[in-house]
Amino acid sequence: MSVLAEAMAGSRPRTPAGRLVAALNHWAIHVALGLIGLIWLVPTLGLLVTSFRPRSDIQATGWWDIFNLHLTLENYRQVLEAQGMLPAFMNTVFIAVPSTVLPIAICALAAYAFSWVRFPFRDTLFLIVIAFLLVPVQVAFIPLLTTATALVPDLQLTRGYVAIWLAHTAFALPFGIFLLRNFFITLPPDMIEAARIDGASDFRVFSQIVVPVSVPAIAAYGIFQFLWVWNDLLMALVFVQDSSKYPMTRAIQNLLSQYGTEWHLLAAGAFLLMIVPLIVFFSLQRYFVQGLLAGSIK
Amino acid sequence: MGLAPTPAVPAQKVSTPDLTAVRRARTPEGPNYGAAILFLFPAAILLVVFLLYPSLYTILLSFNRGRNGVFEQWVGFDNYVRLFTDPDFINLSTFPPSGALWNNVLWIVFYTSIVIFLGLIIAVVAARVRYESVIKAIVFIPMAISATALAVIWKFVYSPDANIGLLNAILGAFGVSPISWLGDENLVNFALIAVGIWGSVGFATVILSAAVKSIPAEVIESARVEGANERQIFFRMILPMVSLPISVLAVTLVVNVIKLFDLIYVMTAGGPGKASRVIAFTMYQQAFQAGQYGYGSAVAVVMLVVLIPIMIYNVRRFRTGAVT
Repeated sequence: MSVLAEAMAGSRPRTPAGRLVAALNHWAIHVALGLIGLIWLVPTLGLLVTSFRPRSDIQATGWWDIFNLHLTLENYRQVLEAQGMLPAFMNTVFIAVPSTVLPIAICALAAYAFSWVRFPFRDTLFLIVIAFLLVPVQVAFIPLLTTATALVPDLQLTRGYVAIWLAHTAFALPFGIFLLRNFFITLPPDMIEAARIDGASDFRVFSQIVVPVSVPAIAAYGIFQFLWVWNDLLMALVFVQDSSKYPMTRAIQNLLSQYGTEWHLLAAGAFLLMIVPLIVFFSLQRYFVQGLLAGSIK
Repeated sequence: MGLAPTPAVPAQKVSTPDLTAVRRARTPEGPNYGAAILFLFPAAILLVVFLLYPSLYTILLSFNRGRNGVFEQWVGFDNYVRLFTDPDFINLSTFPPSGALWNNVLWIVFYTSIVIFLGLIIAVVAARVRYESVIKAIVFIPMAISATALAVIWKFVYSPDANIGLLNAILGAFGVSPISWLGDENLVNFALIAVGIWGSVGFATVILSAAVKSIPAEVIESARVEGANERQIFFRMILPMVSLPISVLAVTLVVNVIKLFDLIYVMTAGGPGKASRVIAFTMYQQAFQAGQYGYGSAVAVVMLVVLIPIMIYNVRRFRTGAVT
């Protein structure tokens, strides 16, 4: 129990009337929290139930008609095979994995320099990184698309994944550098100095001391970045121009504009998009929340 | 993680300008240019190519006609004049005002305040029950989900067909005829803001819950011993003590609003008509659907300019944090 809850529990009213009021308050709290739980669960649950209901049932009755529930996997089969959600799922994986690994590596290197290497203007440069935290991706769209085409017309970066990997990586850097640097500087200086006195190079200090002891922070950042990329639509709209390489978010957006009322397809598609983040969330909740907390109190 | 402590580096003046000697000596006190360059190179090149150069290019382009992103015809502030006289962007001549920028204002006012309010209430109230972690996890789930999936979930809830949309089904049970939440110009922004709130309350709850729990129990207890009631404890003690996390949260939420795109694009595509457009949507629409690169760049620059005060705030706060 929390410190606050303990403090509150420690002040039990002593009169019978006071106890009654406290009990009513207590019930009000349970009812309010129950209501909040419902509001936050039911919309998602409704879509989940719908994704398993046959199309004819969906059009006849609402998903809350649970006494006539028939379940089927047909919607998932259809959306995966006929609507191309299986290749879209793979595309999302192909986009998300490098767009997570690259920023982790590059941010860890830079964060090490900002915390344990001395060089002039280090703090000024770091303040610039903090300012970069808020640069909106929108400023990059037009220059990157037009310059890339103008410089190397044959390369057609947006036909493949390279453009979106690099764009995701670059825009992940300010936050990642900030987060990891703030963790790295909390490491004990003695540990790093001792290694240096023993003759370890900066790269050895980085790879054999700083990175191994920072695994929790790196994991928190990695999870955050992975989910960010997995869930992204905007960058994919701009930097993935080949329809055979569309990630799930774009595939669902297309489904919605083509079959806006075919809820059996939309529900199944949306759950295919949600399943990996939900697994990540429930299995790695602690790291995920840590990453968010660290990122927000900036 | 809080405000960053002072970098753990001794503040000594560099004594030798001879780079190779410093490198060989490898003393932690001297500047190590080689290591700095090696470790920073990949990040620096990406930041320059993907952030710095495009920002400058976009600023220049916003003063150009800029068809196809090429500098062809300089037009001065023409794009900005057109933008701020465009009733689809900002229209103050009607009441209530309308336009994309005004919708962002609506979002900032309602989304930010309600997310913080609900987040704080849930954080404080849930701390008094044993299933606190369950409630927090449930409220937090939408944070893990893509805005695209969030849009599908809520388009389903909002469906005007009372056999499909839960909200209209509930209203129907009370004899209210179905409402087209996303099809009504006067309702659409509030319907969207409600989805945004639903998606972000978990974030606020987690942040504020951590802040509330950092208040020592003895402080609350001693106030209670001196006769403070629950309301006084909340308004006079808890609220002032979490005011810093609240301001940080508010800044984060405002930034979210300025960058808001996916949810709008998937749920309404800015419609009905242009009623639910926001600034980030306008940028995408002008640049990539209308092909107006110069005009779209001007919108992107407005986004950047709106964010600059927050950048300065962040940098300032970080610097003062690093000093103390």
